Amino acid sequence: MNVLVPLVVAIPLLGAALALALGRRSRYQVAVSVLSLTAVVVISSILLVLVDTEGPAVVHVGGWQAPFGIVLVVDRLSAIMLIVSALMLLGVLLFAVGQGIVEGERETPISIFHPTYLVLAAGLFNAFIAGDLFNMYVGFEMLLSASYVLLTLGGTGARIRAGVTYIVVSLVSSILFLSAIALIYGATGTVTMALLAERIPQLPGDVQLILGLMLLLAFSVKAAVFPLSFWLPDSYPTAPAPVTAVFAGLLTKVGVYAILRTQTLMFPDNQLQVPLMIVALLTMVIGIFGALAQADIKRLLSFTLVSHIGYMIFGIAIGTEAAIAATIFYVVHHIMIQTTLFLCAGLIERIGGTTSLARLGGMLKAAPFVAILFFIGALNLGGIPPFSGFLGKVALFDAGVQVGGGLNYLLIAGGAATSLLTLYALARAWNMAFWRPRRDVENYDSAVLDALQDDPHDEGTVKTKTTSPLMTAATATMLALTVSLTVFAGPAFGLASRAAANIEEPATYIDAVFPGGAP
Amino acid sequence: MSASLTLVIVMAVMYAAGIYIMLERSLTRVLIGFLLVGNATNLLIFIMSGRPGSSPIVTGTALDETIVDPLPQVLMLTAIVINFGMTALLLALIYRSWWLAQLGDEGDTLTDEHAAETSADSEVTFRSSSDDEAAVQASLDASEDGSDDDSGSTGSSDQEAGTR
Repeated sequence: MNVLVPLVVAIPLLGAALALALGRRSRYQVAVSVLSLTAVVVISSILLVLVDTEGPAVVHVGGWQAPFGIVLVVDRLSAIMLIVSALMLLGVLLFAVGQGIVEGERETPISIFHPTYLVLAAGLFNAFIAGDLFNMYVGFEMLLSASYVLLTLGGTGARIRAGVTYIVVSLVSSILFLSAIALIYGATGTVTMALLAERIPQLPGDVQLILGLMLLLAFSVKAAVFPLSFWLPDSYPTAPAPVTAVFAGLLTKVGVYAILRTQTLMFPDNQLQVPLMIVALLTMVIGIFGALAQADIKRLLSFTLVSHIGYMIFGIAIGTEAAIAATIFYVVHHIMIQTTLFLCAGLIERIGGTTSLARLGGMLKAAPFVAILFFIGALNLGGIPPFSGFLGKVALFDAGVQVGGGLNYLLIAGGAATSLLTLYALARAWNMAFWRPRRDVENYDSAVLDALQDDPHDEGTVKTKTTSPLMTAATATMLALTVSLTVFAGPAFGLASRAAANIEEPATYIDAVFPGGAP
Repeated sequence: MSASLTLVIVMAVMYAAGIYIMLERSLTRVLIGFLLVGNATNLLIFIMSGRPGSSPIVTGTALDETIVDPLPQVLMLTAIVINFGMTALLLALIYRSWWLAQLGDEGDTLTDEHAAETSADSEVTFRSSSDDEAAVQASLDASEDGSDDDSGSTGSSDQEAGTR
């Protein structure tokens, strides 16, 4: 059954090639990308079941045994990330098809959206199943270069401006990652993570600290951890709605996944616990303050995205099995809910012609169904019981309380405040956009609204476009998925706990890669 | 592990210069900085491979003790290819941003000034360019007569002077 493992990367890549060849026939292109991603969803669900029952699936590419060859490893954490990201990519793809990406087809001679999207998917899956650091770097580069193209799709002034910031920041973090790999190779003589897990703890403490810190810095830029998050709210909202949704849901979480994987497997001493906690607190609080000041729904959501990364870093910083389980659950929840909310914002933009709270109003009458979708999503992100956002946060705070100590309680207080402020920001957005009657929008007198910061590059209200039923259906299905995470929270949390148990016991991972013991 | 001090110094200078240039506002300089830093990182990987040795080809005989570690070379090669792709993308982005800065969004609606040309016109264009080449060659020959005897390095500068 291990033959399934490389397929999750191979199928999207082949699909990308095929989609590029079918550049002039957009219908076949759509069929190719939908089929490839559906295949990956099926494969990753099989993998999840197999890995959960039989232990990690390992493939030595080309028959070269690790540590000499490339090794692909799917353990429970990787399998969870695979299935969730494949589902999200498929849902957003359907949304994009509904929108008839449509606008891109008229702007560019060859429709490059589908091939690029599939390369992004392949890179993402590759990063999740990589068993060595360099392969993870290659996966990162694949998904990043695809994201550069997607972000600057159409090449308008605003997107090029946003793209330059994003690309230069990402390039710097990639180079930092590569330098860290070079230094790790110099210190240990390998890049295979399973072998590094044995060799890095034997290094002197300060060398470990430098290597860990370099990897952490490189991944923190990608995960948008404060103070390395400045680039995110300026770049993400300018992309087309489906692209922003994928970026927000998945690209930052790859960074979180990489931090989780490397810090727990290779640096189990957790020397960086206190700095990580402080950074997590600042990410949560400063991120949400940024969200409070925004008048544009997309920018508001981008800031909540940054803010909620703090919860995951908090979980990684605590480092106990309960905390890791809560983090995995929270990552899954957050991928789903953030993607869905950005899709809702895309629907709002299509129906209302803008995402600025200063000009939106009366949407409850215009689009009652979207109002319900956004409302449930907002409650979920804000952590209202009984939704999965609440469950994830409670599990995380519980893990913090178990460890105890002043810093943990401070972070729990910060987390609770962030949760409330998220709810406040989103409820205000909902009130303004949906609840406020259309006729009140002109000459609306509000000191709060005047104080909010609008998108500096806002191009004004555009002529109202229609939404296709497929877009709404895709968004509703994604929301149903987030709600089902609440309904099936028991089994989902059980799975997350088993994945965390794997992570806390690196021997499982190492034995899977080296059945006869590490060389 | 032993490493060449020269390589370390070259790497350090490239890192320093690259990061300094990347801080400029101009995108072209950011690109140059990226190239320097990227190649400095390649050098870093190379330095990390340890001592120099014979080429890493296993011939089937007893394993050569002086064989060099091949893995960093593979990593470098991959990194070079990725850097190359990123450079191409950045160049396209720089060109696009220059286009937008010079012409704005109206630039996209300009008609192609060569659109009305027939194939016969293109033939003329080609002929005239070959005439240019002949002129360049003539000036090159003229300059070579008067130039010094070191041929390789001055050739390109002579060519430049000729075209000017």
